[in-house]
Amino acid sequence: MPTTGRTCDDRGVNEVATTRLERRTDGRLVAGVASGLAAHLGVDVIIVRAAFVLLMTSVWLGVAAYAAFWVLVPRQVAAEGAAPAARLPTPRDWGQLLAYTAVTAALAVLTWSAGIAQAALWPFVIGGIGAAILWQQADREQRQRWVLPLRHMWLRSVFGLVLVVGGIGGFVVRNVDPSQARSVVIAMLVILTGVAVIATPWVVRLWQDLDAERGERIRSQERAELAAHIHDSVLHTLTLIQRNAHDPREVQRLARSQERTLREWLYQPRNDPDQTFAAAIRRAAGEVEDDHGVPIEIVVVGDSPLDERLGAAIQAAREAMVNAAKYSGAPSVSVYAEVEGDRVEIFVRDRGRGFDLEQVPADRMGVRGSIIGRMERNGGTAKVRTAPGEGTEVRLEIKK
Amino acid sequence: MTRIVLVDDHQMFRTGVKAELGDGIEVVGEAGDVDEAVAVIKRTEPDVVLLDVHLPGGGGIEVLRRLQGTVRSRFLALSVSDAAEDVIGVVRGGARGYVTKTISGPELTDAIGRVAEGDAVFSPRLAGFVLDAFAATDAPPVDPELDQITQREREVLRLIARGYAYKEIAKELFISVKTVETHVSSVLRKLQLSNRHELSRWAAARRLV
Repeated sequence: MPTTGRTCDDRGVNEVATTRLERRTDGRLVAGVASGLAAHLGVDVIIVRAAFVLLMTSVWLGVAAYAAFWVLVPRQVAAEGAAPAARLPTPRDWGQLLAYTAVTAALAVLTWSAGIAQAALWPFVIGGIGAAILWQQADREQRQRWVLPLRHMWLRSVFGLVLVVGGIGGFVVRNVDPSQARSVVIAMLVILTGVAVIATPWVVRLWQDLDAERGERIRSQERAELAAHIHDSVLHTLTLIQRNAHDPREVQRLARSQERTLREWLYQPRNDPDQTFAAAIRRAAGEVEDDHGVPIEIVVVGDSPLDERLGAAIQAAREAMVNAAKYSGAPSVSVYAEVEGDRVEIFVRDRGRGFDLEQVPADRMGVRGSIIGRMERNGGTAKVRTAPGEGTEVRLEIKK
Repeated sequence: MTRIVLVDDHQMFRTGVKAELGDGIEVVGEAGDVDEAVAVIKRTEPDVVLLDVHLPGGGGIEVLRRLQGTVRSRFLALSVSDAAEDVIGVVRGGARGYVTKTISGPELTDAIGRVAEGDAVFSPRLAGFVLDAFAATDAPPVDPELDQITQREREVLRLIARGYAYKEIAKELFISVKTVETHVSSVLRKLQLSNRHELSRWAAARRLV
């Protein structure tokens, strides 16, 4: 089905706001974990890389963490609709990789060489960060990218940095002193990492299966709901139609009633018949159609909130529809309602037998009381145009 | 004799229409999807194509797009859908009218004759759509000739929406049937050519039940 004239220009904003955690193929150094994390957290990649460097320096925790992310985080899928040429990943910057490796190795050597006190470690840690920042600043473009988001959310960035540095520092402090404790921790980490590497794909698959299963359940619920609806309405009506096959009028009434219900269900009108004029007069027409088995073709132009006087006009129109359906003998009734500015007009027309207005007895409440009288009491007008054999048109007008 | 092609994916509906059409109309071809329709219409070059709006392979609008300027056949859109975007879409795609599938046999025969002669066919509902669309805004039109309907055209459309036949409209407004047809054709032209973006936005935003 063609959808005309629709534009979708708010996608970009959403994409920036919620970047999924995934490994970046673009601008990666090893596996794209750091750049992916940075994009997900909204910090610059150098902060994440520095954190990994420090983690690797103290123990092999950094390696383990990196490996875990490598396994767990899905690789980035090329963005939809992006031009293929634009998606070619930037070639790996070997210079940067070398720099990171050098910083890591140097810090590791410093930490591991015996006799380094915790006080002596800190300058190196801070120095390392400083060096990294300075080195990063040499690259103009990257510095721009780094400074800009930081300026926007410096509080979060500083807080995150403090947490990262504090956590790493604490870990290092605890593990520097007794050499035995350190090897125990390392052994544990190696084992844990091994278990993680083995178990992770399995866990991930289990999780994905659960996700798929949940989706399937939602779909089957929707199917069940649809089946229930079709059973309660459509199948029921079809049965009634078969039983009433001898009565074409009843068959038509059933079919039209069902059609209307189904349309309402499918298109889910946003308007409440108790709130708006258009929905209210449609409902009135539907009710008359159901009660009297004559198709009522209704066209509504414009809309307005429903109030008491419009409600009265709809009641009068309903009365006119009932008269047309009951007495005119016409095969169908046309209703046209229009809201234009502060004027509301309703036309109810049939091509039936018509009648002589003068001949209607004064005590007949239908036309005089329920239509003309009701409109006049509410400050509107009603005009009936009819003649025997000419059909009937009732024109109702009221100001909002 | 008016030669027509029936395009609808429901065999039962095609059979029903064929049985209902009056004398003077000859069905020279049938099709159930877009590709078939394009082939049959190119081969037979009928006077009128009865075109279903919802059709496998892209809908009636795709048939219109592919045949644009290649055949001299005229198109009358037929639909169970009351979604304004579908109706306005197919009319803007080049159909010379739109009727719902609940239309009676004689009325359909009449509508086919009208389209064959180059006139436009507006159902009450299409007239309502157009009135609504052109009344949707107070913004000044970009092209007054195309972006506005005249007072007289509005009167004609309102009478169509009220269920009047062309003959009844002529009597009501003290004009000839030919003049009524001219007004309706003029509205159709505006509907098809106006670039007024409210028109498509209105149609997209609105689904009438």
